[in-house]
Amino acid sequence: MSDARALTRPRAPLAAFGAIFRNEARLVWRQPAGAIAAIGVSTLILVVFGELHTFQQPSSRLDGLSAFQIYIPILIAFSIGLLALVYLPGPLVAYREQGILRRLAVTPVPASWVLAAQLAVQACLMLIAVLIIMVVSVAFFGQHSPGNLGGFLLAVVLSVAALFAIGLCIAAVAPTSGAVRGITAAVLYPLLFFSGLYYPVQLMPTVMVDISHFTPLGAAVQAIVYPMFGEFPPALGLLVLAAYALVFGFLAKRFFRWE
Amino acid sequence: MTHQDRRDDAPGLNETGGPGFVARTPAVEVAHLRKSYGSVVAVDDVSFSVAEGEIFGILGPNGAGKTTTVECVIGLREPDAGTIRLLGLDPVNDRAELHEVVGVQLQESAFPAKLRVGEILDMYRTFYRNPADVTELAAALGIAGKARDYYRSLSGGQQQRLSVALALIGRPRVTVLDEMSAGLDPQARRDAWRLIEQVRDRGTTIVLVTHFMEEAERLCDRVALIDDGHIIALDTPAGLAARARGGKTVRFEPSAPFDEGLLTRLAEVTRVERDGRHVVVTGTGELVNAVILALHAAGVEARDVRLDTASLEDAYVRLTEERERPEEPRS
Repeated sequence: MSDARALTRPRAPLAAFGAIFRNEARLVWRQPAGAIAAIGVSTLILVVFGELHTFQQPSSRLDGLSAFQIYIPILIAFSIGLLALVYLPGPLVAYREQGILRRLAVTPVPASWVLAAQLAVQACLMLIAVLIIMVVSVAFFGQHSPGNLGGFLLAVVLSVAALFAIGLCIAAVAPTSGAVRGITAAVLYPLLFFSGLYYPVQLMPTVMVDISHFTPLGAAVQAIVYPMFGEFPPALGLLVLAAYALVFGFLAKRFFRWE
Repeated sequence: MTHQDRRDDAPGLNETGGPGFVARTPAVEVAHLRKSYGSVVAVDDVSFSVAEGEIFGILGPNGAGKTTTVECVIGLREPDAGTIRLLGLDPVNDRAELHEVVGVQLQESAFPAKLRVGEILDMYRTFYRNPADVTELAAALGIAGKARDYYRSLSGGQQQRLSVALALIGRPRVTVLDEMSAGLDPQARRDAWRLIEQVRDRGTTIVLVTHFMEEAERLCDRVALIDDGHIIALDTPAGLAARARGGKTVRFEPSAPFDEGLLTRLAEVTRVERDGRHVVVTGTGELVNAVILALHAAGVEARDVRLDTASLEDAYVRLTEERERPEEPRS
């Protein structure tokens, strides 16, 4: 039996994953709404705020930072959140609905590779968004590169993991593409509110600030802002993100259906 | 236990043709398969085996359990009871190896709307150890000019042909096609049939789910008729057809009167009737030869001879209708 098994081993797993990844990347290129929203919109907001004179003034009400500075981590969290919660579950649920995952399940390649390729493509978009935000704010608006680069990378990676887990959980429980849009709308806007995108968290009542620190995007902003100015991210933010990643990752794995 | 040497001598199987080659290890073996969804029993005690190099048809009305049966064979569903072996592999425990040797066309499978045909083919190609030539395959299926087209711009028939191409792209040793010719126009259907025959001639075993009688009659060596989760008949298309009408009929005009006993005592003959100047003989086997020889021996000539064979469709209608009669309340 061993020789027959040797014969039936998938040919080149890496080539197969590469081919799936390339096609997923092509689809993002041909349906660029997600990339435009996550990268384009955040860059646009960054540039507009950067040009506003008042946004460049440090304020004691914002812990001595300028409004522009507090928006840098918020826009990073916004890009990550939008891609993970909207543009990750959308295609996955559509693939399940249309039988694309089912078709892949009868090839030698596991259907989970499409999921992995989606994560990889979205992670690339997030990386581009973070790079553009940092480069633009350093090159054009007088900011410094993150003072604690290790802490910054750790905070970004944990934020990505937490939001990916939540996005996969949405993909797991949403029965249809329509349901994804509904769930996403119900989840995304409150989370964006608590990240401070609409109104600075620092100016909210204390109870709102506390809630914010326990929401995924609020925790992400907390974790990212400290290393930008040389400090290690606060333990609370990192722990909250890690907890979201673990709990929602487990739920996603538990409830994900391939058909 | 090597599978690859069988492929080489597989074309030889076709010389014997028909169902006569059951002595070899079957390509597909299903024994006492049972699968239910909740309280609904989709398939109950289904058993059959498919010889290597055979085209095996699974025929039956909608909802009869055809698709459930093949979905268990290709490892998409786990049976509640029974055993399945495909080239010796267990669809549940040997999934990866199984999918390397079986090519599948599912009834409903879509691909991302904004991928090009060529991109889909190239991607599926990388999944297999020894893939087919994409250009050749696309040409054989009449989608060679479509490589740059988006999947969503294809017609239903073209999507179907792409789906069949993807079932063959891994040079599978067993191919499972579920309603392959649905949505194809008559010409494309004939092209697809020719392709299936070519694929079989290269030694591939084919399991064909269909409800086109003409397709089953033309392609299949044997056909299993499934109704209400059970196999109600399993035979060659001709054998099933013969059963439907109790055989074939020969109709002729005798050159002179003769004694009917002359024909009724032949082993091949089951019934002799008169229809004006014509005589209609019903029977089985080499009926025409037997009748004409017997008449000739008695000095009678048969003129205007017409052989009428029951079609698979007759068999299908009769056999499935028989089951409709209420023998037991369905739960």
